[in-house]
Amino acid sequence: MTLKEEEIAIVEEFAMFDEWLDKYEYLIDLGKNLPIIPEDSKSDDKLIKGCQSRVWLDSKFEDGKLFFQADSDAIITKGIIALLIRVYNGREPQEIIDSDFSFIEKIGLKDNLSPTRANGLVSMIQQIKLFANEYR
Amino acid sequence: MISVENIRDNFPILSQKVYGKSLIYLDNAATSQRPLSVIDFQESFSRECNANVHRAVHSLSGIATDLYESGREAVRSFLDAEYKEEIIFTSGTTASINLMAHSFVEAFCARGDVIVISQAEHHSNIVPWQMAALRTGIEVKVAPINRDGSIDLEELREILKDKRVKLLSITHISNVLGVVNPIQEIVKIAHNQGVKVLVDGAQGVVHSLISVRETDVDFYAFSGHKIYAPTGIGVLYGKRELLDIMPPFMGGGDMVDTVTFEKTIYAPLPLKFEAGTQNIAAVASLKPALEFAMQISDNDEFVNRERQIVEYVTKELNVIEGLTILGTATPKIPLFSFVIDGVHHEDVAQILDKMGVAVRSGLVCAEPLINSYGYTGIIRASFAPYNTLEEAQIFIKSLHRAISMLK
Ligand SMILES: Cc1ncc(COP(=O)(O)O)c(C=O)c1O
Repeated sequence: MTLKEEEIAIVEEFAMFDEWLDKYEYLIDLGKNLPIIPEDSKSDDKLIKGCQSRVWLDSKFEDGKLFFQADSDAIITKGIIALLIRVYNGREPQEIIDSDFSFIEKIGLKDNLSPTRANGLVSMIQQIKLFANEYR
Repeated sequence: MISVENIRDNFPILSQKVYGKSLIYLDNAATSQRPLSVIDFQESFSRECNANVHRAVHSLSGIATDLYESGREAVRSFLDAEYKEEIIFTSGTTASINLMAHSFVEAFCARGDVIVISQAEHHSNIVPWQMAALRTGIEVKVAPINRDGSIDLEELREILKDKRVKLLSITHISNVLGVVNPIQEIVKIAHNQGVKVLVDGAQGVVHSLISVRETDVDFYAFSGHKIYAPTGIGVLYGKRELLDIMPPFMGGGDMVDTVTFEKTIYAPLPLKFEAGTQNIAAVASLKPALEFAMQISDNDEFVNRERQIVEYVTKELNVIEGLTILGTATPKIPLFSFVIDGVHHEDVAQILDKMGVAVRSGLVCAEPLINSYGYTGIIRASFAPYNTLEEAQIFIKSLHRAISMLK
């Protein structure tokens, strides 16, 4: 799937839930199943500080593609991280630069990304963009 | 008459639905909702009375000035202060404390003198003093609390023995712990050492009636928006003989007697501290807001219900595995901060929100306090007199469900 197709797939998955709580239940599941990242990838230099939840992001560039590993101490944030990784992992920098991250808003999680929440997720997206710009 | 049965009719906002669920508003420590009497007053002020105060001879200005000054009288009576001019209007508790950190420090402190705060302070009662320390060379010392959230009176007594201490600035009720500090006793200890006392009453005014005369506090600060009034209005009470000595914090219109390009004579109290056009409508609406608060505090039904809610929620939280309440000392207001092993505070708050229950999570502007308990954030549910026992039950049920989703 291309990045765009993956985004559309996620929006469709979320459209199946009428109840807010079901959406969150799904996110929590995704969060619980996010592969555990090694403790040494959770060093302070990879920590994105937020007011509430903390996010660790580790990224690498290989064969022209970007790869991300991330973790958070909050499970809902982890669920959203799982979605971000699904969409952005293994993509070329230009694809990421061209994407507008709007699927998060489309699935109704805009609140989680509002700058006033000051959580690590907002900074995580900024990091992903910065990283993509560095390698394009 | 307001009763526990009809109080909610006064708060149109409470009948709202969020995400299709009835709103249960348990973030009252952040800001309280406004009753119809305040909403209507504000509207009619805008429609009929809006004008600047203390300045013009025309009729509207006279009406606005009378309403403004009746706000002051309402606060005087609410705090049981002796004189009206002891009531200074500010934009909130934060502004009141900042005023103190300038004007009190300038009048009463020399380099090397000490201001004592407690371990349980809101950032608003920490940062202004740190800034004053950088500016003036005073020192800030912290009086510890016990693990149960009560103030350590023995330690406090020791710290205040230092002759350099000029002011104790302490919260009436912490916005994290919900434990009521024994203000009268604290004032006695401080006064025995010749130390003046400023009380941060942002939470205190809402849940326990304060008489500044009986407690003999020197200064008392609170915010309107936590006690049924609009945002952007606050109070600093100060004893007249102290305020008289203190220089103004800000200069401008209204705070002057005569101005020449060479020299200005300041206006007498309270205007000396009220430079510029104030939040006139909000000051005036303190009257209906505080009258509303007085009706509640005069009614035993509310006292009983508050006690019931404290007992019920405490008991129910205590049976949840891995849950720790911060602030277990008594007397305690219906404000509960807690953490749950293995569950992130932000997750809990988000899930509760989707169930219609509004709580706060995170550091709630008291980072040093929460860190001293070893946590990076808490969940806080804070009740107001319009919250019912049934809402408390739904909160507990929702919390159980949230935890089982998250664990
Ligand atoms: C104990 C305490 N002090 C000070 C404040 C600051 O009040 P305001 O933001 O209205 O100035 C608050 C409110 O958050 C508080 O709870």
